[in-house]
Formats: sequence, C-alpha cells, structure tokens
Amino acid sequence: MSTISTDTHQHAGPHDADHGHHHPPAGFKRWFYTTNHKDIGTLYLLFALTMFFIGGLMAMVIRAELFQPGLQLVQPDFFNQMTTVHGLIMVFGAVMPAFTGLANWLIPMMIGAPDMALPRMNNWSFWILPFAFAILLMSLFMEGGGPGFGWTFYAPLSTKYSGDSTALFVFSVHIMGISSIMGAINVIVTIFNLRAPGMTWMKMPLFVWTWLITAFLLIAVMPVLAGTVTMVLTDKYFGTSFFDAAGGGDPVLFQHIFWFFGHPEVYIMILPAFGIVSSIVPTFSRKPLFGYASMVYATSSIALLSFLVWAHHMFTTGMPVFAELFFMYCTMLIAVPTGVKVFNWVATMWRGALTFEVPMMFAIAFIVLFTIGGFSGLMLAITPADFQYHDTYFVVAHFHYVLVTGAIFSIIAAAYYWLPKWTGHMYDETLGQWHFWCSLISVNLLFFPMHFVGLAGMPRRIPDYALQFADFNALISIGGFAFGLSQLLFLWVIVKCINGGKPATNQVWEGAEGLEWQLTSPPPYHSFTTPPDVK
Amino acid sequence: MAKTYQHYYVPEQSPWPIVGAVALFLLALGAGHFVNEVTRDKQGHGEYMLLAGVALLLFMLVGWFRNVIDESMGGLYSDQMDRSFRQGMSWFIFSEVMFFFAFFGALFYARMIAMPWLDGESNNAMTAEILWPEFSAHWPMTKTPGGIETTAMPWQGLPLYNTLILLASSVTLQFAHVALEQGKRLQLRLMLLLTILLGASFLGLQAYEYMHAYQDLNLRLDSGIYGNTFFLLTGFHGLHVTLGAIFLTVIWLRIMLKNHFTAHNHFGFQAAAWYWHFVDVVWLCLFVFVYVL
Repeated sequence: MSTISTDTHQHAGPHDADHGHHHPPAGFKRWFYTTNHKDIGTLYLLFALTMFFIGGLMAMVIRAELFQPGLQLVQPDFFNQMTTVHGLIMVFGAVMPAFTGLANWLIPMMIGAPDMALPRMNNWSFWILPFAFAILLMSLFMEGGGPGFGWTFYAPLSTKYSGDSTALFVFSVHIMGISSIMGAINVIVTIFNLRAPGMTWMKMPLFVWTWLITAFLLIAVMPVLAGTVTMVLTDKYFGTSFFDAAGGGDPVLFQHIFWFFGHPEVYIMILPAFGIVSSIVPTFSRKPLFGYASMVYATSSIALLSFLVWAHHMFTTGMPVFAELFFMYCTMLIAVPTGVKVFNWVATMWRGALTFEVPMMFAIAFIVLFTIGGFSGLMLAITPADFQYHDTYFVVAHFHYVLVTGAIFSIIAAAYYWLPKWTGHMYDETLGQWHFWCSLISVNLLFFPMHFVGLAGMPRRIPDYALQFADFNALISIGGFAFGLSQLLFLWVIVKCINGGKPATNQVWEGAEGLEWQLTSPPPYHSFTTPPDVK
Repeated sequence: MAKTYQHYYVPEQSPWPIVGAVALFLLALGAGHFVNEVTRDKQGHGEYMLLAGVALLLFMLVGWFRNVIDESMGGLYSDQMDRSFRQGMSWFIFSEVMFFFAFFGALFYARMIAMPWLDGESNNAMTAEILWPEFSAHWPMTKTPGGIETTAMPWQGLPLYNTLILLASSVTLQFAHVALEQGKRLQLRLMLLLTILLGASFLGLQAYEYMHAYQDLNLRLDSGIYGNTFFLLTGFHGLHVTLGAIFLTVIWLRIMLKNHFTAHNHFGFQAAAWYWHFVDVVWLCLFVFVYVL
C-alpha cells in the first residue's frame, strides 16, 4: 500500500534541532507538560485501564449483590449508585478514552504526520479527564450518596428525585464533554490537514477512517449532552420545567434529547472498534482487507443513520404509531451496512493464510460475539417485541455483548496488536492466550444467560429479584467474577511487556502493512518530522 | 495537498494545559457546590472555589494565547499550521451550533408537541381532562398547566432594535475585514471599535430587557416553559456575545497597541470574526423563533 524511506525521521527540522525534540524530558514534567502524541496516547490508555478496573469493581459489587435473591450486601440506594457510576465510568472513562488513546498513538503514525495537529490542546483534553472522574467519584462519598439515577439520568429521577450530588454530576459531565470535543476536533484536523503527500482519502487505513467519522459524531452530539445536563441542572435547582408537565414541559423531552446524543454515542463506542478489527484481520489472514471502499461507505452510512434512530430507546415511553414505525425501520436499516462489515471481515479471512495470535483471537471473538449483540439489537428494534424486552436483562445482555465483547474486546485486541510496536517488546504469547480463553469463556457465562432471565421477565437495575431467576443469576455472577479476575492476567501481560521481552522487529507481524510498521519498534519520539512519500 | 508540510511546528512542552485542567476542575467542583449552596441555603466554600477556577482559567488563557501569539509573530507557523487553526475553529463553532440546537430542539418540542398534547391533542383527550382541565394551548404559554402566569415579551421595540444592532455589527465587522485586507489600518481600527461598541450596547439593552421582564412583565426563569426557553436561549446567546466581544476587544487591542495582523496573516482576527457572525446568526434564529413566532 505504501513505501517510505524509514530514515526520514532522522532529518529534523530546524526547531526540532533547537529544542532537542527527539528525547522526552525526564521526570514529572514529561507527563504533565507533554505535547507529544505518544505520551498523551499512553496517558489516555493507562487512564482508561485504571477506570476499567474501578468500573469493574463496581460491577463486582453489583454481581455480588445479585448472586442470591434478597438483599445481603448493599442497600438498594447504593446498588443504584453502583449501576449508575459503573455505566458512566465504563462509557466515558474506559471505552472512550481508550479509543482516544489509540487514536493519539496511531493516527499520526498511520498518516505519516509528526504529531497531532494541535498538540497542546491534546494534552489539555487528556488532563481534564482525571479531574472530571475525580469529581464523579468524590460525589459517591457525599452526604446522600452519588448519582443513582442510572447512566441515562432520566428526568424526573435526576431532577425531582435526585440527591445533592446531581450538580457535581452535571459539571463533571460538562468538563468530560469539553475534553471529548477538543479531542475530536484534534483528530479531525489532524486527518484533514496532516496526511503525508500521496495519502489520499481512499488510501487511509480504516482505523483512521472510522476515527474521522467518530470524531464528527462526537462534535455533533457531545454539545447536545451538555445541553441536556444543563436543563437537568436548571430544572433541579433553578425552577425551570423543561421536563415537568406542570410547567408546560415534558419528561419525554428529556428522553428525546438524551437519546439524540445517546444513540450516536453508542456508535462512537463501536466505530473505532470496526477500524481496529479491519486492521487486525487482514494482517493475520495475510490478505488485503476485502471490500475496503464498501467498509468506508458502510461506516459513513452507519454514522448518518445513527442520527435517525434515537427513539428506538423509547418505544415503551409512548409516541405516535408512525414515529414508532419510522424508528423501527431506520434501526433495522443499520443492519445492512453492519452486515456488509461482518461479511467483509469473514471474506478477508476466506482462503487466507491464517494464524491465531492473541490479537487475531480477540478480533475473531469480536466478529462472532459482536454479531450476537447485533442480532439481539435487531430483536429489540422490532417495536412490538421491544414492548416485552424493554428494561429487562435482555437489554443488559444486548448492550454488554456490543460493548464488552465488542468495544472492550477490540481495545484488548488493539493493545496486543500494537503493544510490540509501542514498547519494542513482544508480549508473552502463552499468557495472552490464557487471558483470551479465560475472558472468552467467562464473558459468555456472564452475559449469555442474561438473555434468558431477561426474556423470562427479570427487570434491570434492581438489587433483588424473584426466586425463579436464582440459578441463572448465580451462574452470571460466577461468570462476572471470573471475567473480572481474568483481566488481572491482562494487566500482568501489559506490565511484563513494558518491562521487557523478546525484541520486536519493525514490522512485528508478518502480514502487517501500513506506515506505522515501517517505523522502528518502539518508534522515534516524533514519528515523521518530514513526511514520508506514500506511493 | 500538504506542500508546506516540511516543518510542521510541534510546540515544546507547555505548562498551560495542566493549568487549564486544574482550572476546569476547580470550576466544576466549585460550581457543583455553589449551586447547592445558593439554592439550598447551605454553608460552604463553593463560590471561592468557583472564582479561583475562573481566575486560574483566565490566567491560563492569557499565558497560552501569549505563547501562541509569540510563536506566530516569531514566524514559526506555516500555512499548514494556519489551516489547522482555521479548521479547528470551524469545528469548534460547529460544536457550538449543536449546543444551541439542543435548546432550540427543546423549544420546538415543547411548542409543537408537548403543549398540544397537554391540551388533549393526539390521543390525550382523557388525560388532559383529568390532569389539566383548565389548560388551553397557546404560544407564548402565558399560563402553564400548573397555573403559573406570566406575560409574553413582545418582539417590537427593544428586541427589534437589538436585532438591528447585531446585524449592523456584522456589517461593520465585514468592513473591518475588508479594510484589513486592503491595508487601510485606520478604517480597520474604527470599524472594529464600532463593532465592539455595537456588541456592548446590545448587551446593555439585553440586561435592560431582563430587568423589564422581571419587574414589569413577571416573566422569569421559572415562569414555565416559555420563560425557561426564553431565558436559557437568550442567556446562553448573551454569554456568547460577551465572549465574542471580549475576543474582538483582544484583537482590537493587539491592532492598536502592537500593530498585529497583516493583509495575509490574520487568523486571530478571522476566528473572532467567524465567532461574531456565528452569534449573529444564532440571534436571528432566536429573534424569529423566540420573539416573533
């Protein structure tokens, strides 16, 4: 796809020579003052990993309480706070920052740029996040507890019936949004403006394409989320009635605005995953990606459709029949471009010279399990069927299949795939395989039975349940603990890989193609100070 | 593309981002506590934290922009860098558009859907009869289903003058831009000053209008959905006008004191101008949908 002379990074520009850019400064300043896309990428990834474990601990609390029917470990109020903050942390603290970290590390290397287009703003975007989540976590220790209204913070739960911590929740979401918007602007500008000569649109790696579209979605919907939380704030504290019928507003309005943000948001959490899988599958199939152009068009159409389907989250809330039909058909339409993607991944593997290293294992698991999540999504899209499934564990099963075995699996796959490039060492393949198989088995034990209890009528977001669900819930909890423990293996692999291991070659993987594999492992501090020629 | 790529400027390490992050932390945490303290009559230190956050944010903005201006004036930036800034600013304005979109969306939903339903339209006849028998749908909603009464703000008079003022300010700003490109520095200075003065008078009249609304019309932030959308839309718009006016003032001071910006190199001016035209367009939508219709 491209040829470059790998020594281009030796020719430093005048400014680089002046300031000694090729070596990171030592000490805390390196991380606090950095303008380097790799350092910032590392910070994002480590932050996401930390949040993944904190959010994971909350999931363990949830599963421990649900191990048996009845109330044994926590109060219902605290249980609600755990489900709420677990969701918020995993969405805004783990998945999104992990993807942004990958974007930071990879996009400049993939398009032949020296860094991100706006490096200082890049650092600001990152450092807002730890503070935002500090505020959110602090609110858990306030008098009256943290937010307990679910990550979707439906009004009037978040307005009339919420605690004093709501204001902290609102402002922490505000600054998270600022961080996401700045990060997204940076990604878009980098891709538009810093591609190496010859890197035309249809030569861009799919990870870059999917992130470009994701960034557009982020800039379009994060401000809408900011507007939503602002209305929650004024409704709760300043006497407005956006979501109160007595004042002429409507609680349903909340759901419309929230899901206008919320549905594109779920694609924000999956499109970069598509890009990752589209990078990994061709490498280990030793074949170019099947249907590159159709992948680009499919991603774009998924993004466009994501603005037209928000009310499928609200079928039981009530709306005119024509609206229910419109949103049902639009939602089902998304299965078409998604099907194109799954087909292309499978077609890429067809008659390839396959090998099954850990990144490929996670990518294949992604394809299978994400598709299961996609199918349960199709079931949920059928309006009359959704009347039955709505707010049951079936929904919980659905979105955990797309988010855990979808988004998180792709992030883990990406970590294994690019760790040798980032650190210069190969990870421990045996440990990695253990991590994969433990995760795969436990995650299905965790989430698959949720379909059954959901279809049988077990509602979500409750600390207690009817006796008939006891056996499945015990199994689910065992799966949950096992999945949580399995991730400690992941941590071990990462630490081990950072500290040493077999040296990685530049190309790392036999079938890997793209500009990032032509740099050294680990790559120079500034990837391409003069642009490579992409042929 | 990217012919000027050869030496894309990657700035040195900078303390400003982390200072900005701490500022936003203080601001968010302070605001969170402050909101509880003012509305619940509680004791606390939220306001000090909030003020410290604002002060630190201003300090950071001054320092950061000083760095960027020095680098730009020092000739470190290429045309490509200029494009990055322009694209970044355009996308930022797009994000602002989407922010206002949320509030306009709320307004349209409340007017076109929620209000008729509260009065029994669609299949809500029985619900309306039982819950809000007194309510009848009118926009502006001067009496809410719960019985809060208020008066609508007429569009004639002050809002109309404000519309003319903002439109005029966009025109004078355009004249300033043309003057800058033609090298007519005096005209640039005068027209930019005139733009800022028009912006300031808009804000003054807006403040007067708010007092009028509260004192004479009993139109308040908590006067039901009409007052909610009125004050949040005009309020956020006013906030943006304030920011835009500060932005233009900084540009004007740079021109007056340091003689910055040339006919070909004036991204800072351009960005401020884009921002100003953007708040102008938002106002036009506001005037039509909040005041007139």
